[in-house]
Amino acid sequence: MDDKKLSKLIGDVKHGRLSRRRFLQRMAAVGLAAPFANQLLALGDVAMAQSPFQYAPTKAGGGGPLKLLFWQAPTLLNPHFAVGTKDQNAARIFYEPLAGWDPDGNLFPILAAEIPTRENGGLSADGQSVVWKLKKDVTWHDGKPFTADDCVFNWEFARDPGTAATTSGSYKDIKVEKVDSHTIKVVFAKPTPFWADAFVGGRGMIIPKHLYEAFTGDKSREAPANLKPVGTGPYKFVDFKPGDNVRGERNDKYHLPNRPFFDTIEMKGGGDAVSAARAVLQTGEFDHAWNMQVEDSVLKNLETGGKGRVVITPSGNVEMIILNNTDPWTEVDGERSSIKTKHPFLTEKPVRQALALLVDKDSVEKHIYGRTGQATANFVNNPAKFRSPNTKYEFNVEKAAKLLEDAGWKKGPDGIRAKDGKKLKLVYQTSTNAPRQKNQAIVKQACQKAGIDVELKSITASVFFSSDVANPDTFTKFYTDIEMYTTTMPQPDPEVFLHQFLSWEAATKDNKWQGRNISRWKNEEYDNTHKAAQSELDPVKRAALLIKCNDLIVNDQAAIPVVSRPTVSATSNSIANLISGWDLELGYLHDWHRKA
Amino acid sequence: MADYLLRRLLIAIPSLLGISAVLYTVLALAPGDPFQELATNPNVPPEVQEALRRKFGLDDPVYVRYVRWLTAMLQGDWGYSFVSRVDVDTLILQRLPTTLIVIGSSQILALLIALPVGIYAATRPYSIFDQIANTLAFVGFSLPTFFTGLLLILVFSIWLDWLPFVYRADIAATGWQFYWEHIKQSIMPVTVLGLFQGASLVRYVRSAVLDVIRLDYVTTARSKGLEERVVILKHVVRNALIPVVTLIALQMPAVFGGAIVTEQIFRVPGIGSLLISSMLANDTPVIMAVTFVFACLVVLFNLIADILYGWLDPRISYC
Repeated sequence: MDDKKLSKLIGDVKHGRLSRRRFLQRMAAVGLAAPFANQLLALGDVAMAQSPFQYAPTKAGGGGPLKLLFWQAPTLLNPHFAVGTKDQNAARIFYEPLAGWDPDGNLFPILAAEIPTRENGGLSADGQSVVWKLKKDVTWHDGKPFTADDCVFNWEFARDPGTAATTSGSYKDIKVEKVDSHTIKVVFAKPTPFWADAFVGGRGMIIPKHLYEAFTGDKSREAPANLKPVGTGPYKFVDFKPGDNVRGERNDKYHLPNRPFFDTIEMKGGGDAVSAARAVLQTGEFDHAWNMQVEDSVLKNLETGGKGRVVITPSGNVEMIILNNTDPWTEVDGERSSIKTKHPFLTEKPVRQALALLVDKDSVEKHIYGRTGQATANFVNNPAKFRSPNTKYEFNVEKAAKLLEDAGWKKGPDGIRAKDGKKLKLVYQTSTNAPRQKNQAIVKQACQKAGIDVELKSITASVFFSSDVANPDTFTKFYTDIEMYTTTMPQPDPEVFLHQFLSWEAATKDNKWQGRNISRWKNEEYDNTHKAAQSELDPVKRAALLIKCNDLIVNDQAAIPVVSRPTVSATSNSIANLISGWDLELGYLHDWHRKA
Repeated sequence: MADYLLRRLLIAIPSLLGISAVLYTVLALAPGDPFQELATNPNVPPEVQEALRRKFGLDDPVYVRYVRWLTAMLQGDWGYSFVSRVDVDTLILQRLPTTLIVIGSSQILALLIALPVGIYAATRPYSIFDQIANTLAFVGFSLPTFFTGLLLILVFSIWLDWLPFVYRADIAATGWQFYWEHIKQSIMPVTVLGLFQGASLVRYVRSAVLDVIRLDYVTTARSKGLEERVVILKHVVRNALIPVVTLIALQMPAVFGGAIVTEQIFRVPGIGSLLISSMLANDTPVIMAVTFVFACLVVLFNLIADILYGWLDPRISYC
C-alpha cells in the first residue's frame, strides 16, 4: 500500500466514509497492526475511539474487596523508582498517567481531557511538540487540585540525575512547558514519531508536586510520600509493607463516574507462581494473579477447577538465541569477546544459516511452552503493524548439513565437521530454568545430527542476568559462542527495542558491558535504516523502515528468534477485567468489577 | 557472677565482629547485583544504574564498605534497603509481630505436645505408648517442613477447602471475625512448625526424664509413700527439665529469625521471607541486618541459657 492510497483511506475515515474498524481491518490486511494504524489516524487528524470495554456498575463502591496476588511482591510505591513491573503495578493502584494504552494499541485518556491529535491541535505538524489538555475536576487524595504544575514537576523530578529515577529515559531528552493551569506542552529536540512516551502508560504515572517539591534529587529517598502515596487513582492508600502487602480503599472523589467498584483493594506478594495460580484457579482464595510463569500443562490442569481462567495477552517479548560475532576464546586488552576480534566461524554466512535451520521452533512451542510461547520467525512480533510479513522459519537438518558441506566443513572421523583444522564446536549458554534446558537439548540434538558439537552450559539466573563486572558468566559479557534469553519490549513501538542491534551499542569492557548490543553484531545497513526511522514522521514509511530492521536481523541471524512470549495471568471467573499488553496489568484498574 | 557476666560480654564482642566480617565478605563475594533488573530494561538508561551504584557506594572496595556499614551499625543505623528504598529497621520491625506470633505459637505448641508425651513415655519406658510416641517422633522430625506444608495444603485447602493457604498479615475485619480469620490461617503454618519442633523435643524430654527417674532420691521419694503424681511432677520433672530449659532458651533466637521454608510456602510475611527475598534481590543491607541481629540473639541467648542453668541448678557455680 503506497502513501497516496493510505492518505486517501485516512481521509475517508475522517469524513465518515470509512468506519474506524474497517480501516483497522484494511491496515491489518497489509500487515500494519492496530496500535500503529491508530497512530496513523492520530497523525492524520482522526479522533481516537472510546474504550471498547463495557462498564456495568451504575454506582461507585459496594463491590467488597478485590484481592490480587503478585508472587513477586512489590517493594516500593514511587513510580519513578519502580524497578520492575511489579512495582509499577503497585504504584498504579494509587497513581495515574495522562493516558494509557488499550489492547488494540489506542491511547485512552485518564488524567488528560483528550488525546492529542492533529485535529484538536495537540500534535504539531513538524512532530516536535505535543500539547496535552488536562482534566479539570481531578483532585489528589488529600483534596488538592491536580494541575499542569504537577506534570511539569514530574518532568523535573525524573530527569534530575540526582534522583536516579528509573523513568529518566522518558524525560531526560524532552522539555515540558506549562501553557496554562490545565495545559502542558511537551517539546522534543528532534521530530519524534513515537510521541506518546512521557506521561503515558507504566512510566508516565504522575506524583504530586506539593508533597515532593521539597524532596528532589538526592533528597528524593527521604520523601514520606514514598511510603504513603497520595495520588489521583481509583484507590486511596491504607497500608504498605514492602515485599508483602499493599492495601487501599475506595477513593470516593474519583474523577470517573460510578467508579471504582470495589470498596477495598489488597495486593499480596510473595511465594511462587504455581501456588499463586492455584490460589486463583483452584481454591478461589484470590481474584487475580499476575505473571503466571508456569508450564501450560499445569495451568490447564488447574483451570479444570472451574473457579478461574487463564488470560493470555500478546506482548513483544521474545525468547531468542544470539550468535557471538566476536571471539570469546581469545583475550584482548583484558576482555574476551572483544569487538577487536572476529569469531573464527560464526561470522561465516553458511554456518549462521545452518544454525537457524537447526532450531526446531515448532517442537519448542508444542512440547515446552504451549499457549505461553508461539514459534516465530521475527524479532519484532507485536504490535502486528510492525510484524514483518517477509520472513519465515524452517527446521531442516539435511539442508543445514548441505550448507555446511558446500562451505567446506567436512565431517571428521568423530562425526564433527571441521575446516582448515578448525572444528565446529560451540558452547551454548542460558540461565538455569527448566524450559530453557529442554530447549537447549532440542537444539543440541539437531546440531549433533548435522555434525556440530554443542556443549551446554546453564548459569543461575541471578548470575546470568546480573551486571556484575567481575563475573565472566553474565549474559552481557557473552563469553561463549551462542546464548539464549528473553528480551522484553516495554512499549508498543519497536524503536527502542531495536537499539540492541546498533553497532555503537556493543557491550564492551569500556562501557562495563552495559551496551545493549550483546551479540556485537555490526551491520551498516541496519545502523542507517534505524537512524532513518528515528526521524521519519510518515508513519507508514517509518513502519517499513522498522520492519526492514527486523528483516536484516533475521536474515543475517543476528538473532534467531525462537518463541514470542505473551504475558499470562490468572483471573477469577467472577471478575470482569481488561488487560492490555501495551500497558500495565492494572492499567484498567478503574474499570475492574465483579460480574453481577 | 558480675565478673562472669562481664567476661562473657567482652568475649562476645570479638566473636560478633568476626561473624559480621565473615558475613560481609561472603555476601560481597556472592554473585549478583541489586540493580540487575535495571540493566536488562532497555528503557532505563545505563547512567541511572551507575548513579544508583555510586549513591549507595557499591563501587567502593569491600573493606571500605564493611567499615562504613560497621560504623553505621554501631551508631544504631541499620542501613538502607537498596530495593525498597526504606530504612532496614522499618522493614524488620514491620515483620517482627507476624514472626513472633507464628513462630512463637508453634514453639508453644511444640512444648504442649513434647512435655506431656515425653514425660509419660519416660515413666513407662518400652510400653506401647512409648513405642508409638517414639515412632511418631522419628517420623515427625524426619519429614521436612516443605513436605508436610504441601501435604497439609493439599488436604485442607484443596481437597477439603477448609483453610486458606495464603497468610495475610492485614485482615480487614474486626472483633471475633478478626481473631477467627487469624486463627484459621495460622493453623497450618503453626502445625507444620510445631509438630516438627515438638517431635525432636519429645525425644529430648523423654531421655532427660529417664536419666533422672532411675536416681536414688526418686526411689527414696517413692519409698516414703508419696503419690506417683507427686513423685513425677515435684521430684523428677523439676530436675529433669533443667537441660530442656536450656534447650528452649537456645531455640529462642529462631523465634525471631523466622522459618524460611515454611514462611515461603504459606506466604507468611515474617523475617525468614524477608531474608530470602532480600537474598534473591541481592539487597545486602537487609541481609546483613537480619543475619547480624540473628547472630547477636544467638550470642545473647547462649549467655542467658548459661545463667539460667546456674540459677536452676545451684551445684553449678561461676567463678
